Amino acid sequence: MALIGAPDVAPTPPAPGRGRVLGPGARFTVSRLLSSLGTLVFVILFNFFLFRLLPGDPVALYTRGRDVDPEIRRQMQARFNAPIAEQFVQYLKNPFVPELPSQQFSIPVWDVIVPRIGPTLLLVGTATVLATVLGVWLGVRSAWKRGERFDRVATTTTLVLYSMPEFWFGMILLIVFSVGAFGLPGIFPVGGLSSPGVDVGTFAGLADVAWHLVLPVFTLTVIYLAEYALVMRASLIDEMGQDYLQTARAKGLRDADVRRRHAVPNAMLPTTTLIFLNLGFVIGGAITIEYVFSLPGLGSLTVQALRGPDIPLLQTLFLLFSAAVILANLVADLLYARLDPRVRT
Amino acid sequence: MLVAQFRRSRQGMLGLTIFVVFAMVALLAPVLFDESQLDVTKATGGVFETPSGHYWLGTDDAGRNVLAMVVWGARISLLVGLCATVLAMVIGTSVGIASGHYRGLVAGVLNRITDWFLVIPFLPLAIVLATVLGKSLLNIIIVIGVTSWPATARLIRAQTLSVEGRPYLERAKALGAGDLHQMTRHVLPNVMPLVLANTTLAVSISILSETTLSFLGLGDPTAVSWGTVLDDAFSSGAISAGAWWYLAAPGICVVLVVLGFNLIGRTLEDILDPRGAHE
Repeated sequence: MALIGAPDVAPTPPAPGRGRVLGPGARFTVSRLLSSLGTLVFVILFNFFLFRLLPGDPVALYTRGRDVDPEIRRQMQARFNAPIAEQFVQYLKNPFVPELPSQQFSIPVWDVIVPRIGPTLLLVGTATVLATVLGVWLGVRSAWKRGERFDRVATTTTLVLYSMPEFWFGMILLIVFSVGAFGLPGIFPVGGLSSPGVDVGTFAGLADVAWHLVLPVFTLTVIYLAEYALVMRASLIDEMGQDYLQTARAKGLRDADVRRRHAVPNAMLPTTTLIFLNLGFVIGGAITIEYVFSLPGLGSLTVQALRGPDIPLLQTLFLLFSAAVILANLVADLLYARLDPRVRT
Repeated sequence: MLVAQFRRSRQGMLGLTIFVVFAMVALLAPVLFDESQLDVTKATGGVFETPSGHYWLGTDDAGRNVLAMVVWGARISLLVGLCATVLAMVIGTSVGIASGHYRGLVAGVLNRITDWFLVIPFLPLAIVLATVLGKSLLNIIIVIGVTSWPATARLIRAQTLSVEGRPYLERAKALGAGDLHQMTRHVLPNVMPLVLANTTLAVSISILSETTLSFLGLGDPTAVSWGTVLDDAFSSGAISAGAWWYLAAPGICVVLVVLGFNLIGRTLEDILDPRGAHE
């Protein structure tokens, strides 16, 4: 949960005499692309070696806690007894699709994963949008009223939220608002994405889904919000010392205009890229929150996969999450360079 | 000087107080509650009893005293948090100093590895590692330590680069000091204050990570930590039973301890780097 500021944009100096064909902007883009590709290759290698080279019997790991047909066990044994180089070549033919099907569902892993992508995107997307809007607003107000009561209360609250496991916060909300402890009526559903027998295609069905998402989205929004607020506050405080704001004031602009038209747009830069840089942290939240609220997404699937353990499924989910985060980091870097030309070589 | 400045900070002293109280509770756990109270077969209370004069924090689904579980949980949560942090700090500081001191291939390789660990999402990586290694206290310490060092390495590397440019290092080099001597005798003492501030912040992250991994069922099944208590509470249906005390107690402990370490860390950062953005 590290607090992430601006992305690492320190440009590598181009080798003399090379890369002259490309302009500075294009060269930056190409170097970022190659670096992301390198990271992805590293994930693919890691995914292979972690599960093969560890001490102990891989077949035992793949079949832990399950009754496996002796014939299938023999086939797996043969596969893992092949020379490591041969296994590696086999793996590299298609590193995105494991050779074995999901151990729990007994169907190809992508058939298990694809239907789960929608609910996760819905949950994480809604929470991210809400957290960004509210976090920016909160950060701007805190920075502008720095040291005043609003700032002190907001900063203390964000610090406490920062120290809270998000799934615990979700469980407390569940017990208070869904089960109804302390004599409150339980108004929200205890879990799932929709009530049984409801057609999600209709308007009533959509309303039902929205109603089910209120508590999980609220939990994630509140947890993510803290970081956006802290970063926005710090970056606006940085910006407030700049000379051009003094100039704007000297021109006779009102304080609110100086803030809205001059300071905030410039301070938005780190926050904009934070939306993408934060994806790794967001995925962590989705895993535990989907589990607590029994939402049928990638997060609860990950928990199912680790409980099995269902190694082919877990491997593929890890690859998917990593690829998503690598892509998001690339977008953040390129976006930052586009918004702030100073970082380009 | 550091101590005097720290004592003047209200948030720093509050954080330190929280830590001392929980450390005492953890150390005194065997005196406060007999270990047999954690045994499901020796439970004395009723199912999901509300907090009372006898059971201050109520009982769980097996009739165990929740207070005893939370007190004993402090031992494992703090132990894992501290050990994992030490591991992360040793890796992070070594990689940080080495990548700042050496040039060329060594620095390049170390930087790539640091970058990789920074980019890969923490929880999926920790889940994969913990699943492969198996459930034990040592393994959860290794998993958290191995996944949480890169931010420290980055920080220490930047500091090392600035130390490397100072005249006394030139002098040491001119006198024929070897790489190891330069790194341990000249660079390390200079980055130590930063390591200290970073350590307290890292403990809070380690404790949160332990709680999350144990809650997902990756903790040591024989050890009671706040994360495993939360896992037990969730899987035993404490939510639908409305047993708020069973859920609230371990969670509040986590929040307090993590907040305590955050306060200490922020105070140290403010003292060591007064230009920081915490003002």
